[in-house]
Amino acid sequence: MEEYIIEVNDLTVRFNLASQRVDNVKEYFIKLMRHELMFQEFLPLKHISFNVRRGEAWAFIGDNGCGKSTLLKTISGILKPYRGNIEVRGRVAPLIELGAGFDDDLTARENIFLNGTVLGHSRKFMKEHFDEIVEFADIRNFLDSPIKNYSSGMRARLGFSIATMVKPEILIVDEVLAVGDYKFREKCKVRMQEMLSGGTTLLFVSHSLKDVLELCDHAVYIKKGEVQMVGDTVEVCRQYNPEQTEEILQEMRKINSK
Amino acid sequence: MNKLKLRLMGFWAYKDLLRELVIRDLKLKYRRSFLGYIWSVLNPLLTMVVLIIVFSSMFEQGIPNYPVYLLSGQILYNYMKQSTDFAMSSILMNASLIKKIYVPKYIFTVAKVSSGLIDLVFSLAALFVVMVFTGAPVTGYLLLVPFVLLQLYVFTLGLGLFLAQMNVFFRDINYIYSVLTMAWMYLTPIFYPFELLDPTLGWLIMHFNPMYLYIHQFRSIVVYGAMIDATFAFRGCVISIVMLLVGMATFIRKQDEFILYI
Repeated sequence: MEEYIIEVNDLTVRFNLASQRVDNVKEYFIKLMRHELMFQEFLPLKHISFNVRRGEAWAFIGDNGCGKSTLLKTISGILKPYRGNIEVRGRVAPLIELGAGFDDDLTARENIFLNGTVLGHSRKFMKEHFDEIVEFADIRNFLDSPIKNYSSGMRARLGFSIATMVKPEILIVDEVLAVGDYKFREKCKVRMQEMLSGGTTLLFVSHSLKDVLELCDHAVYIKKGEVQMVGDTVEVCRQYNPEQTEEILQEMRKINSK
Repeated sequence: MNKLKLRLMGFWAYKDLLRELVIRDLKLKYRRSFLGYIWSVLNPLLTMVVLIIVFSSMFEQGIPNYPVYLLSGQILYNYMKQSTDFAMSSILMNASLIKKIYVPKYIFTVAKVSSGLIDLVFSLAALFVVMVFTGAPVTGYLLLVPFVLLQLYVFTLGLGLFLAQMNVFFRDINYIYSVLTMAWMYLTPIFYPFELLDPTLGWLIMHFNPMYLYIHQFRSIVVYGAMIDATFAFRGCVISIVMLLVGMATFIRKQDEFILYI
């Protein structure tokens, strides 16, 4: 029997949505005295289950606020499950926001080390891969300027380059390709495809069904925190948005037949 | 036991991150200042000069070397205050990162308390200069200074962890804390001699004010060139370990909820 790399079992995540946010001692005591300390329970994810095998590419689709990002955050360990459990067997590289953890006042060179260690790499490892990162991000001329002078595209390039330089076992990509120019997006896609063929497991969130259909073989359609459908990408996309899916499929067929 | 081992392994895996964070703090603090690291030395010296001008005539009786007495208390107290202040906001300052990538959250707090320690070492250089100039006894007991600093570091780390997790849930804790630290400063014999205190208050301070325990041990070495008092050392160690355990326990218990409040 093949082992799953990610097992999500009846996962429920809970947020305490305070009806009024109490974040200081003064208000806390006032509310406590008046017996007004009430919490509204909010479940952004309810009873989610699916299993991912090594090397598969999964897409998560659904409308804004349906819980896709919450799910990815739970898988990468940022959020803890309220009920159910998640089993992740492998190193996760989260690209939930490119360049999270960059310090504006430090130079790019310093940020590469800082960001790399944030992702759990050692300093020695970063030294070995330093040139590779700089090469891919194409920022050699700006290495020693503070990162606050960078454009958002340059930041994104550097962030993507650091996160994907190591071959992670699981790559989580949350809507990060939206920034950056066309050339860079294609470069990223190529890199992701390379990683996929090298055995990396991909979890992908995007509103672009085109990217989803091109990259992924499985998909989960989430609606209001619940799984609507799990299965083959084409089937799931058809369920989510039939017209657009057909359009993209036709286009892809055209390109392939040429 | 197994859990502890996992935690230690987690810490080991992120030791390079800790190092990068400490380097970042130091670099950013001094990058754009003309005098750079000299500030760490100059700052306590200048404050000392001001305090000496004001207080030396009042308190000089009974204290063999007032400048060293004053400076030694002030350096240790400032370290504790500044580090806990930074530690308190360490989680909120890194909120954007904590929301996006999994990192052991205590790393940020440990980094703040540790980078303060490096500043403290620079300030010790200033103290040493003053010691030499004022003819304070330079003895082999100076080798015990790291032992005193270790107690102070462990205590500060524990308090910092406690404050950091409180600050996530109660944002106004820093106002309350700034009042408390002011009271704490006056209740610690930093610029006045211990003997001037009312006996009851003195007894309380001797037993329950950890800062006095550390400062007393430190002064035995740098002002009097004597061995540290074993009772003070024992109490100091116990309090620092208890504080660290309290800080760690509260932090670990609450850390999974941080994400919902930052």
